[in-house]
Amino acid sequence: MKMPTSNITFGKTGSSIKVIPVDEVSLEARAASLATRSIKTSSKKAALHLTIRCIDLTTLEGADTPEKVASLCQKAKRPDPSNHDVPSVAAVCVYPEMVHHAVEATRNSKVKVASVAGAFPSGLSTIEARTADISDAVKRGADEIDIVLNRSAFLSGDEQRAFEEIVASKDACGEAHLKVILEVGELGSYDKIRQASMLAMAAGADFIKTSTGKIPQASSLPRVLCMAEAVRDFAYQTNISVGIKAAGGIRTAKQAWHYLVVIGETLGSEWLNPEMFRIGASGLLNDVLLQLNRLDSGSYSGPDYVTVD
Amino acid sequence: MANSNSKDGSDLEDFGIEYASAIESTSLVTIKDKYGLFIDGEFVSSSSGKSFETLDPSTENSLSVVTEASSEDVDRAVRAARASYEKYWKKMPGTDRARYLFRIARHLQERAREFAVLETLDGGKPIKESRDVDLPLAAAHFFYHAGWADKLEYAFPQRKLEPHGVVGQIIPWNFPLLMAAWKLAPALACGNTVVLKPAETTPLTALLLAEVIRDVDLPPGVINIVTGAGATGSAIVEHPEVNKLAFTGSTEVGKLIQRSAVKRNLPLTLELGGKAPHVIFEDAALDQAIEGVINGIFFNQGHVCCAGSRLLVQESIADNFIDRLQKRIELLRVGNPLDKNTDIGAINSKAQLERIDQLVKAGIEEGAEVFKPSCSLPENGYWYPPTVLTGVQQSHRVAREEIFGPVLVVQTFRTPEEALEKANNTPYGLSAGIWTEKGSLIHWMAERLRAGVIWANTFNKFDPASPFGGYKESGFGREGGMQGLGAYLKNSGGRS
Repeated sequence: MKMPTSNITFGKTGSSIKVIPVDEVSLEARAASLATRSIKTSSKKAALHLTIRCIDLTTLEGADTPEKVASLCQKAKRPDPSNHDVPSVAAVCVYPEMVHHAVEATRNSKVKVASVAGAFPSGLSTIEARTADISDAVKRGADEIDIVLNRSAFLSGDEQRAFEEIVASKDACGEAHLKVILEVGELGSYDKIRQASMLAMAAGADFIKTSTGKIPQASSLPRVLCMAEAVRDFAYQTNISVGIKAAGGIRTAKQAWHYLVVIGETLGSEWLNPEMFRIGASGLLNDVLLQLNRLDSGSYSGPDYVTVD
Repeated sequence: MANSNSKDGSDLEDFGIEYASAIESTSLVTIKDKYGLFIDGEFVSSSSGKSFETLDPSTENSLSVVTEASSEDVDRAVRAARASYEKYWKKMPGTDRARYLFRIARHLQERAREFAVLETLDGGKPIKESRDVDLPLAAAHFFYHAGWADKLEYAFPQRKLEPHGVVGQIIPWNFPLLMAAWKLAPALACGNTVVLKPAETTPLTALLLAEVIRDVDLPPGVINIVTGAGATGSAIVEHPEVNKLAFTGSTEVGKLIQRSAVKRNLPLTLELGGKAPHVIFEDAALDQAIEGVINGIFFNQGHVCCAGSRLLVQESIADNFIDRLQKRIELLRVGNPLDKNTDIGAINSKAQLERIDQLVKAGIEEGAEVFKPSCSLPENGYWYPPTVLTGVQQSHRVAREEIFGPVLVVQTFRTPEEALEKANNTPYGLSAGIWTEKGSLIHWMAERLRAGVIWANTFNKFDPASPFGGYKESGFGREGGMQGLGAYLKNSGGRS
């Protein structure tokens, strides 16, 4: 696949990818209109279960401990200890240093282990150091690797370098799935989000992801709509289906539904599963559990009725 | 409501997630069994005793019985308007007229839900449109013109301004309340009194507006509302005491009105049909352009005079664009207009449904290829699926005649010159749309397109401050903005 660009073609082999511009006003209007869809009460449980199945339960703190990771993994496997109907989440997402603890704690479960790697969250170290970091996380047993796009290269006009670094990262992943974080809050425009999405997909990303969660500007509905349209376009041009991960700032079940609607109405049902859609979150799961309890019992319980981690 | 939300459009459903059938409650709305004519501040019966039914087009259920105004009734209404003009309105300072307009605007806002539900029941348009477009814009028109009422001499300085007197206004069924607002607000702001005739298939929101007019204590006779069909309209047009006419509707009827008005040298504003070109260049933001095309032709089931009904798409992206457009159309939700998740509602009347059907058949006979999505339609009521006709030539009837339904015809072009030539080659000239990321091309096209409203990288956006109106068979005169205001004053310097 060649690097996508509207007028220059370079990159690896294969055909080049065309990048279409984005109109900000219409994009935001479309996202706002999708947020007014209402979900049937009888379907809410299915929507909440789907949300849980798509969650990457995340802890990315300097203060993380093996104990905390083990606790997170337990919650990932069985989010509601009192209700076995509640499915497990898609994955836990941790730092490389914590990967083997997570692998240990999720053994014999469907929960995958994802690791951020490659000088997360800035991406500002040599590509050799970053690929070594990725290889290390994979060796420790990570199923999925979340790396960041080199915004410094991409935004300064050296898209080729940003592209090649993702290609190298993909190589370092081996069998592990690669998620490329665009850090949309730093890109400055929907056009750049669209370009970065196409670039990451052309370079081999299995998923494109909105944010690191480390800056205040994170995922939003129009940004995810913008990425979903890029995914749709990429599939149209190449027949390759790439997944989407929304992360950062998603805290309520209602917000999560809006994302499901945006993905469903833009990409279709093939994307409404954990193989193609993820939500990276730490606080969201508890709100979803509270909503599920409410559907069953008819009344809201309090925060003490769900576990902190 | 018998309608189901047919093919739910959304693929979410395949996953076990369905959108709620979120039906807006009709409990807010009280529809009377029978409505009189609103003349001189009161509901009165007709001299002839004739009446007609108004239906919910999504179910064909009768909603109410409405009085048919005879020419004697129209005469009564015009005399009431004249008396009110002489007694109150002509003498009233602009600041006081403004106060009434502000009050009407606020009442519309307060009762917006009620009006929106009634508009959807009587006309068949989706509730999300009556709620989010018709009502806010109707209120905005009263607010905007209230602001002008005491500033007319600043809008048209150094002129001896005068209202025309009694204004006859005839409005269509596609935006019943909004068109009433477009017509009433500037007329009143400028000091005229009015006889208004709503369309025969959609009279109910105008009659509810009559309640508002009473509630705000507008002096009796300033606004008179007479219901009826063509005969009632022609009684207004022919009435010797009417000093100015404004009409929105079909080009055919517009020509009849013009013929009558010109004999008496009557000031006239006509806002008629359209066959708007929607031009997509290869460098456009295509995902948004597709949304724009959808909004341009399927908004209000295509019952929009400025609808983007002729898609002109650049050859290099045509197949790709049409393919994506058809995929997008598959997701549209056709069904119960009161459902908040509905994108496309019911066709306004049986007559309109037949006209759409007949024109599409003519298009197929002439060689167009037809695309309709797999959605099923409710059994009762008047429905037409969103439809795309490709392989259409400039000489085909469907490329020349206004269909006024959810039917898009597609043509291609190679160069901007060719796009322009095709776009302008129509008897109409109401609106046009351009999608390109290249600013200079937008300006180049906009300077040369013969249309009254040109949207760039958007479509169907309206604002009371922006004048609206057409070229050629789309009519003349403008509504909205200072240009629209001037049409309701003598000596304003504009065309009135």
